[in-house]
Amino acid sequence: MTTLVEARGLKKRFGDTTAVDDVSLSVSRGEVVGFLGPNGAGKSTTMKMITGFLEPDSGTAQIGGHDVWRDPAAAKAKLGYLPEGAPAYGEMPVADFLSFVGKMRGLRKAQLNNRLAEMAERVRLTEVWSRPIEALSKGYRRRVGIAQALIHDPDVLILDEPTDGLDPNQKHEMRNLIREIAPNKSIIVSTHILEEVESVCSRAVIIASGKVVADATPRDLVGSKDDGRAIQIRISSPEEASVIEKIKPLVGGAELEVMERMNGSTRLLLRYNDKPEDTHAIKTRLKSADLPVEEVGIYRPRLEDVFRDVTTRIH
Amino acid sequence: MTASLSSVSVVFGREFRAYFATPLAAIFLVVFLALAGAMTFFVSGFFARGSADMAAFFTWMPWLFLVLLPAIGMRLWAEERRSGTIELLMTMPVAPWTIVLGKFLAGWAFTGVALALTTPLWITVNWLGSPDNGVIAAGYLGTFLMAGAFLAVAACISTLTKNQVIAFISAAIVTFILVTAGLELVLGAIRGWAPYWLTEAVAALSVLEHFQRITQGLIEAPTLIFFGSLIVLALMINTFLVDLKKAQ
Ligand SMILES: Nc1ncnc2c1ncn2[C@@H]1O[C@H](COP(=O)(O)OP(=O)(O)OP(=O)(O)O)[C@@H](O)[C@H]1O
Ligand SMILES: [Mg+2]
Repeated sequence: MTTLVEARGLKKRFGDTTAVDDVSLSVSRGEVVGFLGPNGAGKSTTMKMITGFLEPDSGTAQIGGHDVWRDPAAAKAKLGYLPEGAPAYGEMPVADFLSFVGKMRGLRKAQLNNRLAEMAERVRLTEVWSRPIEALSKGYRRRVGIAQALIHDPDVLILDEPTDGLDPNQKHEMRNLIREIAPNKSIIVSTHILEEVESVCSRAVIIASGKVVADATPRDLVGSKDDGRAIQIRISSPEEASVIEKIKPLVGGAELEVMERMNGSTRLLLRYNDKPEDTHAIKTRLKSADLPVEEVGIYRPRLEDVFRDVTTRIH
Repeated sequence: MTASLSSVSVVFGREFRAYFATPLAAIFLVVFLALAGAMTFFVSGFFARGSADMAAFFTWMPWLFLVLLPAIGMRLWAEERRSGTIELLMTMPVAPWTIVLGKFLAGWAFTGVALALTTPLWITVNWLGSPDNGVIAAGYLGTFLMAGAFLAVAACISTLTKNQVIAFISAAIVTFILVTAGLELVLGAIRGWAPYWLTEAVAALSVLEHFQRITQGLIEAPTLIFFGSLIVLALMINTFLVDLKKAQ
């Protein structure tokens, strides 16, 4: 497999804060990497360095084998980039804007027209084709940004929050589009939507405070936390604390942890050092103690749990 | 090289059209023509002078341009940075200087349009008498060159901020210094304390001096080199600053 994106040891400081701290990342053709992390983790900053927009304090980035700083024209020719917030020239009609970007990327005449027509259809822009971009809804504006990044059919696609602001249908279409074009490209998408990563990404890279804290397939990430040694319990009671105190002696020495509170119910995690107790036995025991237990089951972590786990550990 | 030239022309086309996408262009042209007309006819007394030339018109150009070219140049980079489109531009496979040049040429061409709209005055002068059209042509050349220098300075300064108003005011101040540098008033003020070389350096920066010579019909190498190098220098600094400031 050809490696199309290769970032090594990227570092960037802004004054006193280290935004990106030694991030390395390599992406092969056909891979879709989901780039995750809390707000301010350094996702956009990393992307800006890979695209050659922002010069790193140290480290290198290559696109299609070309160093983005030593050979910017060759590297950038292979790159399509959607910056955060999908910036565009508001006064320009969609068609003019895409045609401008296409020309800047070296497309001319028939080739340009073909690509424009394909973008109009594929990214579904036909309806708004001659409207000024500033008059479009957020979702359409984001799509113009995607079309702009795809116009020259680049090998490498770097998309910073491409589905931000899209409605569920458009999100779905966007994911389909990414899946469709994925086989021939290397794609990096940053997102805050974890289900998106599970549905379109072949790999998830999680960063926190500028450092890569996880890099694996979504399935492996979840699997790594799934050792079958934990049980989850859902309780619903306004006196959560006292209920938890009563549960403690009844679960056979498990370590107890509050995982999530939602709509008046609390999800508790019981961690065991080795084999967990039988869930039915626990359920019966708790019920007979008259505790407000709704559900007892083996804990199967979700990507969300993994995300929270790896990104909060550092602080 | 051809790729570079073509990206200059693509940027030029987009920028030039962008001036006309908002009412700003029309307002600018109207203000320019109104001010130029008012200065020429009422302040300088064009008809009362009784001579068939355009000196009354050209005299005012440095002062008018001092305000108007910062207005044309202010959006060139400040707006790119504010809206984030600079991130698109700077990740395209073209050399940054081609973008700097394309934007500058678009603004300059727009100024050319404004100047072209004053040609009825030239016709009027010919109709009233028999002026030295060579001198007038030289005057237009000088005016256009001066506009280019002011615009290059304004474009350069607009890379330093995301705020167009700040870009405008700063450019107007710098341009004001360039215009007044050669005035005896200014030179006299520094001559008292500044070393000789500094006084000479300030005097050499004088736009007014060069402009007055060319509007008298004297198209001389030093004047062409002065304006030309001012433009080239400002554009080089512009390219450097865009790179430095783009991500901040
Ligand atoms: N131009 C800048 N000047 C100063 N600090 C900056 C700049 N750009 C980013 N930062 C800081 O760097 C850190 C990383 O920011 P970055 O935008 O990369 O985060 P992110 O992961 O993209 O966050 P989000 O999910 O909110 O988009 C933050 O602390 C941010 O405040
Ligand atoms: Mg971001």
